[in-house]
Amino acid sequence: MADTDASRESGLLAPNAGPALRRRNRYQIRLQIIGMAAIGFALLMLVILVGSLIASGYKAFTQTHLTLDVFIDPAEIQVERLPRGGFDDVIETALLKKFPTVEGRAETRALTDILSNGAQFQLRDRIVENPSLIGQTIRVTVPVSDRFDQLNKGLVDRSTPEELRQVKDQAIAWFDQLKQSGAISKPLNWALLTNADSRFPELAGLKGALVGSFWALLVCFVISFPLGIGAAIYLEEFAPRNRFSDLIEVNINNLAAVPSVVFGLLALAVFLGWFGLPRSAPLVGGMTLALMTMPTIIIATRAALKSVPPSIRQAALGVGASKHQVVFGHVLPLAMPGILTGTIIGLAQALGETAPLLLIGMNAFITSAPGSPLDSATALPTQIFIWADSPERGFVSRTSAAILVLLTFLIAMNALAIYLRSKFERKW
Amino acid sequence: MNDMRKVERDVDAREVKISARDCQVWYGDNHAIKDVNVDIEEKTVTAFIGPSGCGKSTFLRCLNRMNDMIDNCRIEGTITLDGQDIYDPRVDPVQLRAKVGMVFQKPNPFPKSIYDNIAYGPRIHGLARGKAELDEIVEKSLRRGAIWDEVKDRLDAPGTGLSGGQQQRLCIARAIATQPEVLLMDEPCSALDPIATAQVEELIDELRKDYSVVIVTHSMQQAARVSHKTAFFHLGNLVEYGETGQIFTNPRDPRTESYITGRIG
Ligand SMILES: Nc1ncnc2c1ncn2[C@@H]1O[C@H](COP(=O)(O)OP(=O)(O)OP(=O)(O)O)[C@@H](O)[C@H]1O
Ligand SMILES: [Mg+2]
Repeated sequence: MADTDASRESGLLAPNAGPALRRRNRYQIRLQIIGMAAIGFALLMLVILVGSLIASGYKAFTQTHLTLDVFIDPAEIQVERLPRGGFDDVIETALLKKFPTVEGRAETRALTDILSNGAQFQLRDRIVENPSLIGQTIRVTVPVSDRFDQLNKGLVDRSTPEELRQVKDQAIAWFDQLKQSGAISKPLNWALLTNADSRFPELAGLKGALVGSFWALLVCFVISFPLGIGAAIYLEEFAPRNRFSDLIEVNINNLAAVPSVVFGLLALAVFLGWFGLPRSAPLVGGMTLALMTMPTIIIATRAALKSVPPSIRQAALGVGASKHQVVFGHVLPLAMPGILTGTIIGLAQALGETAPLLLIGMNAFITSAPGSPLDSATALPTQIFIWADSPERGFVSRTSAAILVLLTFLIAMNALAIYLRSKFERKW
Repeated sequence: MNDMRKVERDVDAREVKISARDCQVWYGDNHAIKDVNVDIEEKTVTAFIGPSGCGKSTFLRCLNRMNDMIDNCRIEGTITLDGQDIYDPRVDPVQLRAKVGMVFQKPNPFPKSIYDNIAYGPRIHGLARGKAELDEIVEKSLRRGAIWDEVKDRLDAPGTGLSGGQQQRLCIARAIATQPEVLLMDEPCSALDPIATAQVEELIDELRKDYSVVIVTHSMQQAARVSHKTAFFHLGNLVEYGETGQIFTNPRDPRTESYITGRIG
């Protein structure tokens, strides 16, 4: 008896247990360090990604504007001819008035290059809205062209030899003069969200892409949510377990792993080729994305249905509920948070999907937002693709800004999924 | 084993409620129930005892066709309820389960309000016309489940928020609400503490006045306390079936004797 007591004591505190214990502790610490290093590395990459996007993109969130006092000359602009009229002439006149020394065609051109191509249209819209302004002098604030926007944001290196620079010394002098007179401002670039695409970076915005993505996701949701849930319920709850259902299961899992470009090719052949649906339309984009989202939803729904404990099914069966009453009255409501989470994550994937949309032509250059899912449009990721491909300097920062907008939406959707999951934590 | 005498046992034969003849159950190749013949009487508490894995739950589930849900389960022989074969293709298992209610080992209230837990069965079977009648059924069932006083002020609270013993009584009340004739209970007290167990046992004693109760239990004391008749299962066979008093004091089969004296189990 005393013997066993002693050996038990030495089992806890024995000197020879020391090395083994220390080895085990060291192993554990090593494991923790490796894990933390992995997480740290992932976080670092994330910080670098977002950091570089913000560093190059934040400049696109402002846009340089020029404020001018413009005389709306009735000789150029008449009520009866609206919306046509010499809007460009009146603005240019106002600008030229600030530089009386500028003479000759070439110099005039060089000066008026400061103005964005879109300036005249902003003025036009304002006059069309309120024709009584004709004949008055009004103060307008219009965007400057991309080059001068870059100059103002310090993205043009003034020490570069003049002949290698797009903005010449003379133009820089004019611009600095304007800036000193207080005519240059740099407000928030709302155009980035309220304008559709444009050839001119200073006018280009994401509205068309946002609306296009919205329609495409809506179509995707309307198709894939009911179909995906229906298929999952059937497979999980009603289908007999046999070779055939195994085959279907394997194929659905495979479908979720098919590269998205393949879905794009399929859509190109089927939706555009056979059904003759319009190119570049968010409807087709949504249908294509639905093909990809459906397997995700089916898999998520099946997992959610499986996780409902059998005791709940037994309870319902035990009081005499039929199979479909059990499924629709008890199992499905309990599985809903999981299903919604899976759906949102599927839709977030769809939102970022690019390749299939390129194949069905959603990378077209379209300068107005789509009014319906049948109009040509771009989507956020394809818009990023287009801008990243554009040569103008202004699109560099706008591409980053557009990526930030896309990431914001993705983060918002995933946050919603997490919120739903924690809000409807399992109740049994 | 003095408390065995608690239930006064009327020896006169009652009417047979459920009768099984040559009942066989297979799970795939596993022959889980072999040639079981048993007559379960009306207004009687029948206990199924036996070592783990001997097929008590399996046989119990045969009585309300819960085995239908298990894919590889195959059943042979006949089981009748009031003389009607329950495996007749014309019998609707849903109707059967309303008549033969079930209480499970682990309390499993729906994640809904206490009221809805009880009201669910009557609703789907159309037992109540209107809200007032449903309220009445809910109250009656909860009273019969001996839990009314504890929950009457919080019928809207979730059933899952009750204590384990309360949950189990809620589940019993839920089973009663569909007005069954037979109540099957699979180890209803195994998740409960002694006080809750005593409450449930009291309730079972109360219920037997109106229902046939079949209870699976691992506790010999419990079987002795609550049941009139006891069936001893061993390796899928029904070894012995008889008056509880006789089984516990004077078993005929040596296997029964070894089990109740604790030698197999
Ligand atoms: N769903 C099932 N699928 C396959 N085999 C099963 C299933 N349920 C039970 N069995 C098998 O049938 C036999 C009897 O099981 P059962 O659950 O009826 O035993 P039991 O007497 O209730 O045991 P316990 O007292 O442990 O609950 C066991 O061999 C078990 O492995
Ligand atoms: Mg069991």
